[in-house]
Amino acid sequence: MDKLKFENHIASVFDEELEEIRNDLMAMGGQVEQQLTDAVQAICEADSQLAEQVIQRDHRVDEMELEIDEACVLVIARRQPAASDLRLVVAVTRAVADLERIGDEAKKIAKHALELTESGPSPMGYSEVRHLAQSVSQILRNALDSFARFDADTALATMQEDKKIDMEYKTALRELVTYMMEDPRSISRVINILWVVRSLERIGDHAKNLCEQVVFVVKGKDIRHRNGQ
Amino acid sequence: MANDNERPIPGASVGEQFQDNARMSMRNVNIFYGEKQAIFDVSLDIGQNQVMAMIGPSGCGKSTFLRSLNRMNDTIEGCRVEGQIAMDGQNLYDEKLDVVELRARVGMVFQKPNPFPKSIYDNVAYGPKIHGLAESRVDLDEMVESSLRKASLWNEVKDRLHQPGTGLSGGQQQRLCIARAIAVNPEVILMDEPCSALDPIATAKIEELIEELSENFTIAIVTHSMQQAARVSHRTAYFHLGRLIEVNPTEQVFTMPEHELTEGYITGRFG
Repeated sequence: MDKLKFENHIASVFDEELEEIRNDLMAMGGQVEQQLTDAVQAICEADSQLAEQVIQRDHRVDEMELEIDEACVLVIARRQPAASDLRLVVAVTRAVADLERIGDEAKKIAKHALELTESGPSPMGYSEVRHLAQSVSQILRNALDSFARFDADTALATMQEDKKIDMEYKTALRELVTYMMEDPRSISRVINILWVVRSLERIGDHAKNLCEQVVFVVKGKDIRHRNGQ
Repeated sequence: MANDNERPIPGASVGEQFQDNARMSMRNVNIFYGEKQAIFDVSLDIGQNQVMAMIGPSGCGKSTFLRSLNRMNDTIEGCRVEGQIAMDGQNLYDEKLDVVELRARVGMVFQKPNPFPKSIYDNVAYGPKIHGLAESRVDLDEMVESSLRKASLWNEVKDRLHQPGTGLSGGQQQRLCIARAIAVNPEVILMDEPCSALDPIATAKIEELIEELSENFTIAIVTHSMQQAARVSHRTAYFHLGRLIEVNPTEQVFTMPEHELTEGYITGRFG
């Protein structure tokens, strides 16, 4: 089974239901990506208005999670999906949970953006955030792409990328500690930044989880908790 | 004739056809109705105490194949079975084999419950009587009770054992037929869509029963309900146009089937 098709069911409504679930998942992915981009921009440009928007929009992400989950439950109840259909539905319910958590992390970043803006302009720590955010956005995009195309190879390659993020995260932590040692007055500010890089690192982990679900759908293998082996 | 260990031509069937604890072994089985071939080169083992589900679209040959396992096809004019069908190493199509005895060892339950027009007691006692399994009336009573208990019917009928079996509900009649089949102590029970004439509650009871029976018997079941196959069986065989396409552990078949045709069938897609 190397080709996945989610159409051609004898019950054509089933095709439509699965199609809708996939489309909604991608829409949710797009929404979450935007939240991340905006949250990071709010920090780097000290844009408190944008940060407020991100915080307010988070409930939309939560709603999407509930809607997609409900659609999946209905498909299970009505259609008793099997094989690839079943794997898709199960993977989507897992994936929306990760996307929702990414949304939460984006919201946290936005909250820290507000605090940072209040404490006055200072570029300290921004380059670390920007650098890590770029890598994290990239792997989130790749993870969502691999989901859209059911491309297990891209998913597996993206999972390897997450290791780089973990390295970058550690490097960022070391630099932030140096800032605090050099200038104790910056501690409260740097702690905010620290939480932000922590959130970014978590988003990388959630993106990796998305990739695991792609592999589950395509290959039928559950590779969670195997550290990429 | 190919020997037991010889694998069929590559690509014919996928999955785990053969079992170390095989109770029934079928090798390169071809079945014909006159000129028309219904089963093509099927090789398959059914392991000890296994529930083997056979699924596939109508006309795929699964019932034909099932019926060949206790020579029910003998009664059909023009039906011819080639290849080897063996139980515990004994060839079932051996001319010297007593077919009546074979059908006691390989019992069968049909789609529509078909109790004899006799009392509940006599339905169950019939087999042990004709096979001379009971030495006394007390013996027979015990056999009837234990068979009815094994078929989860005892509590419902113990007070009316001498009323006609045909007076029971459809689900009870089907369990009576199962009690009748197990009364003669078979080794294998064949079931040909045993629940298709029953409501969901009666179906659930039969499914529960199949689970219990598998502790003592080897079971082969043909079903049109894929959920049923998924629920009750250990292994699932998918038939298509007379060929065995795939046989694998049931949990694999319903989550990650190996063959495209199996996937298409169980997910309800056009072939």
